[in-house]
Amino acid sequence: MRRLRPGTATDPAKPLSFRWNGTAFDALAGDTLASGLLANGVRVVGSSVSFGRPRGVMSAGLEEAHAFAQIGEGGASEPLMRATTVDLHHGLVARGLSTKGTLVQGDDPARFEKRHGHCDVLVVGGGPAGLAAAWAASAGGARVILVETTARWGGALGRDLELIDGAPALAWVDRITRDLAARPEVTALRRTTAAVSLDQNGVVLVERLPETTPPDRIRPIRRLWQVRARAVVVATGALERGVVFQDNDRPGVMLASAVRSYWHLHGIAPATVVLFTTNDDGYRTAFDLVEAGVLVRVLDARESIGPVGEQARARGIEVLSNAVVAGTRADQAGLLAAARFQAGRRQGEWPCEVLAVAGGYQPLLDLPAQRPDQSHRIVGAAAGQWSLAECLLDGLDAGVAAAEAVGFGSPGPTRPVVGPDWDRSPGTTLWQVPAPDGDETRSFVDLHRDVTVAGLDRALGAGVRSVEHLKRYTLAGTGIEQGKSAKAAAGAIASDRLGSEKPLGVSTGRPPTEPIAFALLAGRARGDLFEPVRTTPAHPAHVAAGAVFENVGQWKRPRYFPRPGETMAEAVAREARAVRTGVAIMDASTLGKIEVQGADAAEFLDRLYLNRLSSLKVGRARYAAMCRLDGTVFDDGVVMRLAPDRFFVTTSTGHAASVFEWMEEWRQTEWPDLEVWTTSTTEQWATYAVAGPQARTVVQSVAPTCDLSREGFPFLGVRPATIAGIAGLLARVSFSGELAFEVMVQSRHGLAVWNALLEAGTPLGMARYGLEALSLLRAEKGYLIVGQDTDADTSPIDAGLGWMISDKDFLGRRSLEMATHRRSDRKQLVGFLPSDPAIVLPEGAQFVADPTQPKPMTMIGHVTTSHPSPTLGRSFGLALVRGGRDRIGHIVHAPLEDRTVAVEIVDPVFYDKAGARRDG
Amino acid sequence: MLQIRCPWCGPRDEPEFRYGGEAHLRFPGNEADPAAWARFLYYRDNPAGAYRERWVHTAGCRQWFHVIRDTTSHRILGSYRLDEPPERAR
Repeated sequence: MRRLRPGTATDPAKPLSFRWNGTAFDALAGDTLASGLLANGVRVVGSSVSFGRPRGVMSAGLEEAHAFAQIGEGGASEPLMRATTVDLHHGLVARGLSTKGTLVQGDDPARFEKRHGHCDVLVVGGGPAGLAAAWAASAGGARVILVETTARWGGALGRDLELIDGAPALAWVDRITRDLAARPEVTALRRTTAAVSLDQNGVVLVERLPETTPPDRIRPIRRLWQVRARAVVVATGALERGVVFQDNDRPGVMLASAVRSYWHLHGIAPATVVLFTTNDDGYRTAFDLVEAGVLVRVLDARESIGPVGEQARARGIEVLSNAVVAGTRADQAGLLAAARFQAGRRQGEWPCEVLAVAGGYQPLLDLPAQRPDQSHRIVGAAAGQWSLAECLLDGLDAGVAAAEAVGFGSPGPTRPVVGPDWDRSPGTTLWQVPAPDGDETRSFVDLHRDVTVAGLDRALGAGVRSVEHLKRYTLAGTGIEQGKSAKAAAGAIASDRLGSEKPLGVSTGRPPTEPIAFALLAGRARGDLFEPVRTTPAHPAHVAAGAVFENVGQWKRPRYFPRPGETMAEAVAREARAVRTGVAIMDASTLGKIEVQGADAAEFLDRLYLNRLSSLKVGRARYAAMCRLDGTVFDDGVVMRLAPDRFFVTTSTGHAASVFEWMEEWRQTEWPDLEVWTTSTTEQWATYAVAGPQARTVVQSVAPTCDLSREGFPFLGVRPATIAGIAGLLARVSFSGELAFEVMVQSRHGLAVWNALLEAGTPLGMARYGLEALSLLRAEKGYLIVGQDTDADTSPIDAGLGWMISDKDFLGRRSLEMATHRRSDRKQLVGFLPSDPAIVLPEGAQFVADPTQPKPMTMIGHVTTSHPSPTLGRSFGLALVRGGRDRIGHIVHAPLEDRTVAVEIVDPVFYDKAGARRDG
Repeated sequence: MLQIRCPWCGPRDEPEFRYGGEAHLRFPGNEADPAAWARFLYYRDNPAGAYRERWVHTAGCRQWFHVIRDTTSHRILGSYRLDEPPERAR
């Protein structure tokens, strides 16, 4: 093929060059990669996946099953792009593929983005029916989104020269698109494919944005639209189908409509064409190319050729009726050299550069097929309307109906006049021409997947009878183009081969209709933007102090603060020692915080928590826990009463949202009569724990006016205080067992107060401590962490919180009263000491009673917390153990990978059992 | 992705909401007999067709409300506030 003139799509004033398999070629703006290759006489674009046969461009659109390319080079190249759907730009680099190609290695430097769209009417398809529908739907002011998968409006009108209102159809296209552009409520998107159809008219669009060389890394190359429409009109048109015959995959065998399309849009034509048609529409290719001076001969599969065939003969075109292509002959390079035909009893061979096959049109319905509720209006060729006039009227009617259905007016009567019209109806149905020699191993049903008629026979011979099984057995219809060119043929030919009366049908189309890159699904949500990061007000100070951070949900929390040259174990031991013997400070701002206010706030909390909180006095705090309805531990925290009708509740960091939602659920759905309000204040407060025997001295120096004495500010006291000049709250709560003050100030003062506390602590050598030291310190005291030392089966009684259960009503009480919660063999939280004090058991290690039993062993519990303790001078931990409290003083065993460790079960409180240290 | 009408905020996309299971269950109170308690905790209706269920507009007004959804088609037949009867669903 050669370019004989610029087509309607290409701009001769804008030449460009591109590279294909390392060779530079010239083309024009408006070319696709496929048309650029054809214009340069490139006939072989790749080789087939299973048999390695040479393959050339066979279509001009979405249904392309041969011409796959790797686009781009280096970091940002994309595999398996169909050359027919890639718009050329200057400098584009591509290579032909016979296999999968390669994905982007490492980070994709290209930008992808997502956006939402809302409209009254979404019209899918920018051909005659779709344009008419969008024009009519938007006339009354409805918000319309119109999408077209190619770079051009008009669909088939670009290749089928017809007249609308007495002028060339493309003039009508221009007029309609100008009208649409002038309507502010219309969004018209080209290079945009509707890929997924979701519930309630949700449609996912993939928009391909123009690319440049060098690449513009600021602007996205793809945009994923999530559109919600009130009505959807599908005008996706129809695809021409081929006919299966022996060696139907040779480079040069093309769809007749594609040959015509390349001629009109790109000015590209072959020197000789044999047209093999089953219908009148195919003749358009013959007529148009003859005018271009191409030698055309026609094989018409029908018994008699009809008036269009007669017209062809009158124009000097050789036409054989009752004629089929029985096979093709190739030259030494494997390129198409001639079409072998059979016309009645006559056999022969016509040399040709291109064999154009017109097997009839087939509606493209892969989008609405995703919606079994049939909520889309399907119009035009997609609905089997085979004349342009019908398509236009169908589109106009659907546009009006869709707009009216969602409350907008219509444009009034407008009836474009088409003429003369062509009949696109299927003619005679012909799926396959049997191979004359019976060898069907080269008759390709799925050109992409290399599935042949022989392959179908093999599946049928194995007993396959369902079209879905046929698809999976042979892979016919599973290609990149989602079986657009193969699915129907596979079902129909299999039915023929079986001689079955009932057609097998077509396998179910599944989303997406077009491949979507994972990078597009991710959009901007990559790297730092993958998830929000939450930091506390003092975060910059932690960074400056060299903290090692741990992700806790979205929070960044300091895990430990190593000094230069210190290992993690050394740092944690130093931090813990500081709490036990001096003073240290930690940032506890991530704790969940909820304010509960109202006349019934106390009653509300009584119903939620195990213990009674209505008896809590103003200015006092209480450790409290709550259950789920099934009686298992949900969360724990400290409840502080700031006023008779005002409580300040803390939750564990990970449960802040779920506890708040749990409160709201009960407040709204079951107890709407209670006068109570809840507000999440997690991010409004910065909270610092100053812990250690010298904590009082440090806090006193920043809160000089506050009475912090043992008597004046007792354990579990809460009071307003001025800290470093900032009004805040002080509470005497301790998660380490040492004397501790919790300092709470508004977040905006958090960093200043943190720094003030650090400064105040400097003379005493105050350390910072992180999560690791905290976990160690609280475990030494036997304080549990919900979710670490409990699981979804742990009741408060199992966890050692049975003392908290009051005689009032609370959520989960009914379940706790069930007999199952009184069983003595439940898993209970206990402490343990490895027999070798140097061994730190891994968390999650299992316990068994008898290590000599045969495998699989009966496991009786597992380690939930395990640390080496500088204070105890040995390793220790907490564990959930079946019947654990009865095993205290007994030995169990932890079988590890390389050895078995004997472990003594002990009381979970390892340090300061009397609780004497909390007052300093 | 569903689009759900919050009775307070209007139609919004599903990710803004959290599902809350079957609606109109009666909390039997802590005096319920074991069978009634177990039914309340673990047994849920599972009809093919219209299902009245609870949703909460977590990423919006945080209000709980009721939705009638057809479990066979995913079509949402209406939503209504907690203080409205199902007949008021729209």
